[in-house]
This record gives sequence, structure tokens and C-alpha cells, in this order.
Amino acid sequence: MTSHRLPSGGRIDRSRQLTLYFDGRKIPAHPGDTLASAMLAAGESVVARSFKYHRPRGIYSAGVEEPNALVHLRSGERHEPNTRATMIEAFDGLTATGQNAWPNVRFDLSAANRLLAPFIHAGFYYKTFIGPFRGTGFWMFCERFIRKAAGMGTPTKEFDPDRYEKVNAHCDVLVIGAGPAGLAAALSAGRNGARVMLIEQDRELGGGLLSNSAGGASDPWRAAMIAELEAMANVRILIRATVFGAYDCGVFGIVERLWDHVSQPPELQPRQRYWQVRAKQTVMATGAIERPLVFGGNDKPGVMLAGAARTYLNRYGVLPGRRAVVATNNDSAYRVAIDLAEAGSEVTLTDTRPTPPADLAGEAKAAGATVLAGHGVLSADGRPKVKTARIAPVDANGCATGPARRVVCELIAVSAGWSPALHLWSQRQRKPVFEPSANCFLPIADARPELHIAGAALACPEAKAAARQGHAAGADAAKAAGFDKEAGTMPEPASDPSAAWTESPGTTWMFTDQSGKTKGPAFVDFQHDVGVSDIDQAHREGYTSVEHLKRYTTTGMATDQGKLGNVNALARMAELRGQTIPEVGTTSFRPPFTPVAIGALVGHTAGRHYQPTRLSPIHDWHVEGGAKLTQAGLWMRAWYYPQSGEDLRSAYIREAAHVRSAVGMVDVSTLGKIAVQGPDAAEFLNRIYVNGWKTLAIGRLRYGVMLREDGIVLDDGATARLGANDYFMSTTTANAAKVLAFAEQLLQTSWRDLKVHVTSETDNWAAIAVAGPQARALLTKVVDGCDLSAAALPNNHWTHAMIAGVPLRIHRMSFSGELAYEVYIPSGYGHGIWQYLIEAGTEFDLAPYGTEAMGTLRIEKGHVAAPELDGRTTLGDLGLGGMASTKKPYIGSVTMQREGMVDPARPCLVGLVSEGSEGLKSGSILYALEVEAKGHGEGWISSTTYSPALGKNIALGFLTNGRARHGEAIQAVNFLQDHTDHVTVVSPHFYDPEGERQNG
Amino acid sequence: MLRLNCPVCGLRDETEFSYLGDATVQRPGMGNTDPAAWSDFVFIRDNPRGAHSELWHHVSGCRQWLVVERDTATHKIGTCRLAREDVR
Repeated sequence: MTSHRLPSGGRIDRSRQLTLYFDGRKIPAHPGDTLASAMLAAGESVVARSFKYHRPRGIYSAGVEEPNALVHLRSGERHEPNTRATMIEAFDGLTATGQNAWPNVRFDLSAANRLLAPFIHAGFYYKTFIGPFRGTGFWMFCERFIRKAAGMGTPTKEFDPDRYEKVNAHCDVLVIGAGPAGLAAALSAGRNGARVMLIEQDRELGGGLLSNSAGGASDPWRAAMIAELEAMANVRILIRATVFGAYDCGVFGIVERLWDHVSQPPELQPRQRYWQVRAKQTVMATGAIERPLVFGGNDKPGVMLAGAARTYLNRYGVLPGRRAVVATNNDSAYRVAIDLAEAGSEVTLTDTRPTPPADLAGEAKAAGATVLAGHGVLSADGRPKVKTARIAPVDANGCATGPARRVVCELIAVSAGWSPALHLWSQRQRKPVFEPSANCFLPIADARPELHIAGAALACPEAKAAARQGHAAGADAAKAAGFDKEAGTMPEPASDPSAAWTESPGTTWMFTDQSGKTKGPAFVDFQHDVGVSDIDQAHREGYTSVEHLKRYTTTGMATDQGKLGNVNALARMAELRGQTIPEVGTTSFRPPFTPVAIGALVGHTAGRHYQPTRLSPIHDWHVEGGAKLTQAGLWMRAWYYPQSGEDLRSAYIREAAHVRSAVGMVDVSTLGKIAVQGPDAAEFLNRIYVNGWKTLAIGRLRYGVMLREDGIVLDDGATARLGANDYFMSTTTANAAKVLAFAEQLLQTSWRDLKVHVTSETDNWAAIAVAGPQARALLTKVVDGCDLSAAALPNNHWTHAMIAGVPLRIHRMSFSGELAYEVYIPSGYGHGIWQYLIEAGTEFDLAPYGTEAMGTLRIEKGHVAAPELDGRTTLGDLGLGGMASTKKPYIGSVTMQREGMVDPARPCLVGLVSEGSEGLKSGSILYALEVEAKGHGEGWISSTTYSPALGKNIALGFLTNGRARHGEAIQAVNFLQDHTDHVTVVSPHFYDPEGERQNG
Repeated sequence: MLRLNCPVCGLRDETEFSYLGDATVQRPGMGNTDPAAWSDFVFIRDNPRGAHSELWHHVSGCRQWLVVERDTATHKIGTCRLAREDVR
């Protein structure tokens, strides 16, 4: 009789019935079940197919370490591949399907792959696809078939409909794991007054205690501990939460699965929550994971970790096999055998050790089990699941020393010892060391004083001692975090007989026949189908270091990250190298401990909330005025204001032409604005700009260019002198933050002697550029208290003014090339002044224009902007070499003279005119007319527009020796759209090169 | 994630800061016209394993530049002081 539910027992709610579906079959379950326990209860044995050979696989564990029972969960947009059946809580209507199999896991045609097994061993890809075939073509051809045949589940291509959220938290003591050690640690730290977070990945607190029989001696203690912890206001308990990463400075990543245990989250509730916790001290009570024994057919459904068999029996009331073989090399599996026998199983226990522990062996025999000392399991036989086990006497190496006999069984429960779960500890850049007496890796004591370890994670033998250890660790952690009260005495749990695996354990982990060979394929890493033979092959071929072994065989690389297989793989390599496990060493663990949904890490920072959005104070008017918006860095800006039926092109052409014929207005509030103040402000400006600033009078402003330390152009903009020690700097929208940080760096590190403050004022001021022949007439009508005439306010001057009772500043300067002013308004009044100007401007035919027309106007003038200041161009490239002062040093004044920076062959700024009707494309590459369009060419196009002033499509670009080539016809090739234009090289100053319009 | 103890704001997450690099590099004086000195300053850095003194900017906080002692091998953070008060 196969696995089935017992009439009583377990920690499930038998009063309620749930129905789950696996591959369409109904699986009855109760609240408290997992998908795995319900499937075992229903006698489902084959639940998955393996990665490479499509071997039938069953349920191997009862926890996070599950390598085999991976299933597709849910369907449609909530479909999720590779979920572990052991971790899925049962809910009514749950649907799961088998994966990596066709037509299904019971009958999988791809299982023919196993016939290919001799050919798809370790290194198959490297050997097959390197060598006789040149290039990657053959691999590309084969890859789609290989990927289809070998693999895991398939993901959904639909959008995840669920919400996720992220939380930042702080605590004094973080306790990871709520077994006896973790509960005790949280209690003592909590009693000390520390802020405690207790994190448990299970849905219930108790850890290994939950695998003791319900109503047993450990339950009252567990209940009392939980009751006291839940009553403490300073203790926060998270269940269904996994600490997946341990990072520097006490930062931990936790995913809390709030609503994974129901069919879908309640409306507006997040499915999962990502906690980023900063802990002063941490107690790792992470427990231990049992290791498999390796023998022929050790991956077949029916072979299971011994501890898992006990968990299914005691926690879920499921007898995993009526007839069971329990194979072990240590004491822990005796309790499994005893519990199985007491539940009615016919149990044969094999212990590799010649002298088993007398008391446990006696107890097992009394319960009805047969105990065979010095024995092992040579093979699990039966297809597709275990029907018999071949048992033989073995020596210390696991090699058979006598004839084998067959034992009929449905369950082979195995234990090759336990591995403390040191993943999180090891993530903090440390490797654990192998401790032969406990036959496992252990953390180095005191390697990290802020990390305390307790319980099975420290190979503590049983619950009572683990609780004591946890209690002490919790008190130590609280003390180190500054809480040093007397924690009082703690009630102690009953001695837990289940985990005594450290008492002189055997080291045998693999069984072979007398010739030293395993009887049939024997697996080390189940999930990636890595067999003993693959480890042997890696050794034969020279991949003997653990890091090479891992990568060559892929052992330990699947979603379970070698939780089960790693130590056995190391043991095999150690044997082959004639060394011990400590000499061979181990690989590092990295986050995450268990798979984490990307959605949880993203939280709400997706889509529009990926980054903050910045809005101009005038933004609402643009939206109400029908503007199309565009994104400029974090800013949303008005792109163009379409009139009825207009598209982008017709709108911007109209807007730009209107500025040149009447007057337009554009919102330039996004420009960076920096107050530069202090007695040394002029000296500071003189150092960071290439041009001179010592002579700038109050009331004037000047255009400046600044370089990076390496001599490349950083940014440009106008700076106005407001007072004796008070300057107002503007930067481009894109570089505002960079310029401010650079200024702060210089003033706080190298130039600490300068008495200067820099302060961002970007958000303090709205700014409106008013440009066009009617600009002066319009502003003169609305201002009070100032004279805007050409004589009183020439270009590059500014003045205080009042508009509609609002005190503001008017800077006369031009980006468009027209008579133009920038009006700086305290931001709260920005929207009002814009509206006021719109109304007052009717008689001057004022029209707003967007960033697209602003670009057109500046390209017509040959003014450089972000596409030209691309972090590669020099002053000379931009035609601004004449601005550089020769009388003073400035940032980059020496480095800009480097050989490559002054090479006359560097591409420099040119204008380009196309006679064609189609616009040019930025990024097109420039070639001489007569050459083939190949390679890097002689330059590129940086900015393009249709110019209403010229009636042609024009562009700015960079061309080798460009200044000497005005008039030459060249080709501009847009490789992305396979399009070539013939263009004429001209001066970049297409329009009004003398500047008569702006200076008028 | 690193956590830095800003002398103005207290212990804060790395994400509030931006990193510049070696804090021991001296910027040549403004009057220095030796290209080699500038080339060293701009381009040449040691890449030590172990103790490293480095500049961080509390860009989403007090906007102070800080000199942080960090061990590049262990990420252990030592002292963290204002660059403007750094004694050279």
C-alpha cells in the first residue's frame, strides 16, 4: 500500500475539506496541508520530471530544500513555474500542473532522453559546440531544441496582476528562524526590552518541534513561548517570511508572502512584501538541512529524506509508506523509524555504523523495527517508483561486503547527516569550516560579532540544549545592542529525541557494489541531474577545484542552490583527490537563500513610479491648455500645443515661426538654478567657467561654459550678478544636479579656502522665456517700476520688476536668437504670471511654444544643447574655443590641452542642410560623397529639425575638419532605417549669424 | 547595502549617498600647469585591497562631502567625517 492519510493525528484541521487539482485530478486536502502532503495523502507518487533525463521524481523533502517536486502553480496571468510543492499551502481550488514533461509527468515522451544519458553528461555543451563547428551558428540552431527538451517550468507571458510593496524597518535584534533556539532567543532579547523581529518562513512558529507528534511533550512549551512573545509590544513576528539575503552593515532582505496561501489576494492587498531590515544584532537560528544518501536509483519516487518522512507522519498525518526502509549513518533517523513503526509501518532500519547506539536500537526494536547494523541500501528498484530496496552489509566506504537481499517497500527514508543552514552567515563573505566530529560545515565562532548563532545551525544536538543556546544568544545580542536587563529564567522544553545527529555520526554517504560501482544511476544533485559519474568525469578531466566542479557539472546551480547535494559532491571530489572535505573546501553562498519573485523586489517602483516625476509650477496650465507632454530626465515638460488637427511636426513648425514673426512664451522653470554667494563668489566662478568673471558688474549677466576635470565640456548657461557677493547661476535642465554636486565637492575638499556657498534654487523660481519681435512691447505693457527699452536694458542685463503686484526679475538674454527675456518668478506665482501674460498678450498675438519649437529655434541659431554636450566634446569641437580665457587657470585648462583633445582632425560642430523633403535623423553617420558608407565615418548628426526660417530640413552635427568644408556635399547615413541623405555642410549659425535680432 | 554614519545626519543607507573615490588624492594647485600632475590627479588611482579612505557625498541628505574609511575586502566601515574638516 502506498502513501496515505492516517485516520487521526497531525496538525491539520480535519473538520474542513479542501479540493486541490493536480493535472486535473482532484486531490482532497485539509487546512494545514501543503500541496506535497496532500499529494502524498492521495497516493500521488510521480509529481515531476527531472531536468535533463526526464526521470520520474516524487516528493523528496518537506521544506525549502525540495529539489524534485517542482510544479506549475495557478494558471493564466498568475501562473508560476518551479514552485516547490512542499512550500505551497493548500487552499480550496488550488490548481497545479506537472512541468517539463509531455504529455504529462506520469507518461512523459521526453523520457526517451534517458537513452541519451551517456551522451549528455557533464561538459556536453562545451564539448559538442566547440571544435568542429566554426562560430556559433550550430549552437544557435541546436539551442531551441535543447532548451525545449531540458529545462524547468515555463513562465507566463502575461503581466503580473498583483501588487507588491516594500517596507523599511529597523530593529535591535533580528532573530531568523522560530525553532526552539529562535523562540528562546526572541524571548530573552524581548524580555530585555530590545526591539525584536522574529522571522519564520513557515506558516507556524516552532521549526523542528512541529515534526514532533501533535499533543506531544514539546507542544505546551511551544504554546507558552508563542503566547509570551505575541504579548510583547516590542517583538514583531513575521510568518511566511524568508530572510533571503544578509548584506553589509546589518541589512537583511526579507520577503513576506502575505497572500500566497490563497487563490488570489484580497482587493488592494499586496501579495508579497519586501522588507529591508537594518538590525543592530542578529541571531541566526536557521536550523539544519538533512543530506541524502547516494545509491543506485536514489532519485526515484518513494525515496525521501528521513526527517521529511517523520514530518509528513507527525505534522500532516500522512504515512509515506506502509513498508519502509530507513537508511542512515547517524542517530537522527532512529526516531523516524520508531515513529513510523508505531504508526503501523513495517520498518527495516539500516545503519552504516557497525555498532549502533544501544538505547535507540533497543527502542526501535521494541517498536517493531528490524535494525541492521553495518548495512546500507545498494539500490532502489522499481519503475516508476520504489518497489524494493536492495540491502547489503557494507564497509566504512559504503562498499558491499556480502550478498544483497531485497526488501519490499514503498518508502526509503534516508539520512546521510545534517548540514547547518549557514547560507545567510556565509553570504557575509565568509566560508564555513568542516567539522569532522559533527560531519558538517560549521560557522567560525566570533567571525562576526554582530551575528550570533544558536541551535541546529550550530549543530546543537537537541531541542532543550538549542533553547538554552538561543536564550543565551538572545541575551547576548540584546546586551550588545545596549539592553542589559536580567532576562529571567526560561521554561525549558522537554528533551527532543528527534535531532541527535551529532552523536558520533558515521561518514558513509554512498553505497556501491563489491566492485565499487553504484547499482544504476546515483544522483548527487537531483534538480540538475548530476550523478556520481559526472563528478568522477569532472575529476578525470581536470575540473578538480570546487569552483570548477560546480561550473563544469552544474552541481549546486539549480533553484535549490545545492541545499541537498553540495556536501556529497564535495565528499566525492575529496575521495577522488585523496583528500578530506576541509582540504577540498566549499563554494560560497550568495543571495537569495530561496527564490524571490522579482515583483517583490520591485514593489511599487514600477512604471510611472519607477522614479519621481518633477513638475514645473506652471504644469497645470500646460495640461489644461492641451499641451502634449514629454519627459526630460525626471521632468515632464510641455512638448507642443497642438491646434485642431495638428501633429507634432505642423505644431512645432507653426510655434517656431510664430516666435520669429510675433512673440512666443515657453516654460523654462526646469533649468537648474544655483545661488552662488560669498566674498569669493567671483573667484569661484572664474575657476569653474572657462571665461572671465571678475569684471561682471552688478545688473549684468554672462553666458559661461564649464569643463570637467578631464577637459571635456560639462555644461553651459548664464550667470547673473545680483549683488556684490551674490550670483545667480543657471545650468541646463539635464546637468543641474551634476553641476551642484561638483561645486559642493570643490568647495568642501580642494577649495576650502574660498568663502562661497552654493544653494540649489531650482524649485524656488518659475521661469518663463518671452521671445520674439513683440516681446518688449508685451512686457513693457505689464511691468511696473522698470524700463525695458534697449538703452535701459541691453542684451545680457537684468532688472528687478513687478508684474501684477508680484516682485520678480527680468533677465534679457536669448536662446532663440530673437529679442528675448527670461522672467524669474517666485514659484508660487509662476502659474498666475503665466496666465496673466497669456491674457495680456492677446493684442500682441502671444502664443505658447513647447520644447520641440524651442529646439528648432536654437538649432537655427547653432546654439549647443544636451545632444552636443554629450560628454565627448571639447570647447574646440563646439566652436567655443574663443571663449576660453588665456589670462587665468580654470577647471580643465591644462587637461584640455592634451594631445588627443587638440587634434585638428577631431570632428567639430557644423550645420547640415538637406534639400530632401524628409527630415534628417539624429545618430546618422557622415561620410564623404564618394566613399562607401562603412565603418565609423567622419562624424555624426546630433540634433535635427525642420527650419521654418530656412524652409529646409537642417541639422547640427560633428564632422572631421568641418570648419574647412562649408559648401561640401556629403552623405548622412541612417543605418537603423537604411536611409541615405545628401546634405550640404554649412556654418552652424543658420539664421541671423550677426545676432542683430537678439541685440535689437 | 552599506550604512554610513554621517556626522550631520547619523547612520544612513548607502542609497542616500553618491561615491567619488580615493580621498587622499590632492588636487594640484590652480596655478599648476604641469600636464603630468593633472593627468595623475584625474586618471591615476590605486585599487587597494583593505583600508581605503574615500569621498562620499550625502547627496540625498545634508549634501556634505564625507571622508569615509572603508575596508574594501570586508566592507567594514571605520570613521566617517566631514571632508571640510579633514586634516591633510
